[in-house]
Amino acid sequence: MSAARKLACVVLVAVCVVSLGAQWIAPTGYAKQFREAPSSPPSRQHLLGTDEIGRDRFARVLYGTRISLLLAPVAALISTLLAALVGGLAGYLGGIWLRVATGVTDLFLSLPWLFLLITVRAVLPLNVSPLFSVLITFLILGLLGWAASARVLCTSAQSLGSSDFIVQARASGLHGSRLFFVHVLPNLKPVLYAQFWISIPVFILSEANLGILGLGVAEPLPSWGSLLRELEGLVSFRDEPWRLVPLLLLIIVMTSFQMVLSKEEVAA
Amino acid sequence: MLLWRVARHLLAIAGIALLGGLLSATLVRLAPGFDTDEHQLDPHLSSESVRALRQSRVGEHNVLRYYVGYLTGAVHGDLGVSHTLGQPVQRLLHDRWPVTLRVAGIGLLLGWLLATALAFAVSLSRLSAYEILGTTVSGAFLCIPAAVLALLSVIFNAPGYLAIALIVFPKIYRYSRNLLAKAYSLPHITAARAKGLGEVRILMWHVLPVAGPQMIALAGITVSIALGACIPVESLCGLPGIGQLAWQAALARDLPLLVNVTVLVTLVTLLVNSGADVIIHMVRSREA
Repeated sequence: MSAARKLACVVLVAVCVVSLGAQWIAPTGYAKQFREAPSSPPSRQHLLGTDEIGRDRFARVLYGTRISLLLAPVAALISTLLAALVGGLAGYLGGIWLRVATGVTDLFLSLPWLFLLITVRAVLPLNVSPLFSVLITFLILGLLGWAASARVLCTSAQSLGSSDFIVQARASGLHGSRLFFVHVLPNLKPVLYAQFWISIPVFILSEANLGILGLGVAEPLPSWGSLLRELEGLVSFRDEPWRLVPLLLLIIVMTSFQMVLSKEEVAA
Repeated sequence: MLLWRVARHLLAIAGIALLGGLLSATLVRLAPGFDTDEHQLDPHLSSESVRALRQSRVGEHNVLRYYVGYLTGAVHGDLGVSHTLGQPVQRLLHDRWPVTLRVAGIGLLLGWLLATALAFAVSLSRLSAYEILGTTVSGAFLCIPAAVLALLSVIFNAPGYLAIALIVFPKIYRYSRNLLAKAYSLPHITAARAKGLGEVRILMWHVLPVAGPQMIALAGITVSIALGACIPVESLCGLPGIGQLAWQAALARDLPLLVNVTVLVTLVTLLVNSGADVIIHMVRSREA
């Protein structure tokens, strides 16, 4: 493992650990209002100042990071499992299954990602509890983001299906689910792993986009999307540079995800 | 052969559009609050009027009947009326489409110019400093959400198309850089260099014919990315285009309008990608 990848892993682990310990590091919580100090600059009490309604920005960054970093992998897991089911099985079975799966995948991929997201998000109720909005947002990401991975997995399963050991297994009388689960699926693991890792930063960015557009996680729960939305009222960076901290943290985490993945894994 | 390919693409587009439309109609039908109208809450309306309002939507309960009705209307140029804006969807699309075409078009042009210039400079110079610069700059823009780039363009008073250019730039740069690197590593190009052929001649005669078709495919994909980026850029920069219309429709849950916008954008994306595929086929058949 290269030094850059090691550093990226350390950064990701550190950010995860700090955000998981949010309730001890920032005991004030993300929703408590300090009404006597709205929009205050950084101080000993509020390390990153407070927002327009007096909530501690440092606490909100920690809790928001926790939500995005915990739920994006869950969404990535859902989409990777769906991709394995659709793409892996279609590639393995071939024939009509392959044609149907390719058609459905093409349909999903022909829709621009953000258009698809906001359409499906708008179909579901918008005035819901914050917790439900978190679940809806990441569930949508997981359920809609499988198409690109499915195409990769379909190609891998197809090439695996014509490999020597699978042909030999078939000749030995192995068929159906046993052949798929014992021999095909375990050999798709590296591709599945790569697709899972690639999906996490994509979903983090998508949630951020939805949040800024007001279609993501509902207030008062913070997420990177709602934290970045605060930039909307920013007039000058020089006056309030601390408001850029969520953006900087997002860039650091995203860069770390890019560095953790090797070129071969991205190509896979 | 070419005609058959074009016909196949058109058939596929029609099939996907019909299937996509049916899926959209099903989504609209199943959406919570589909058959309710806020006018029903008006205390001035009598119970007969409320019943009449409910009755007017009974025909929309059956998904297939609703979809057939929508398709019949669409064929005759009637895409329905926006619930929130109170205007025909067709007129809204007609008024907003030029803004999106201009913003996305200029943004794409700028993004392509910036990315390919940098990719060619890195490939031709073969200096690691340029390589590091290109990777860092494109990597940084890949890490920033499209909506944040749109917000930054508002803060810096920059035009919306610049945000679109910066959103598509990293994707074009990384892909074209990889394509050029792959093409430059081919043995016949190494041989051409060894024979003393100029860099421009190598690029024009040996590298571009190899990388060209995939660049055309990338052009089709970037149209889709640019159209997607129009949602945050137009919404946050206050540009009255299709992206802003989709966002307003999503916030107001104006589903008929949103579905029409999405179907339109999907059709444009499919047409552009199919066009790119036909061009690639023409280029390859001429080479053969």
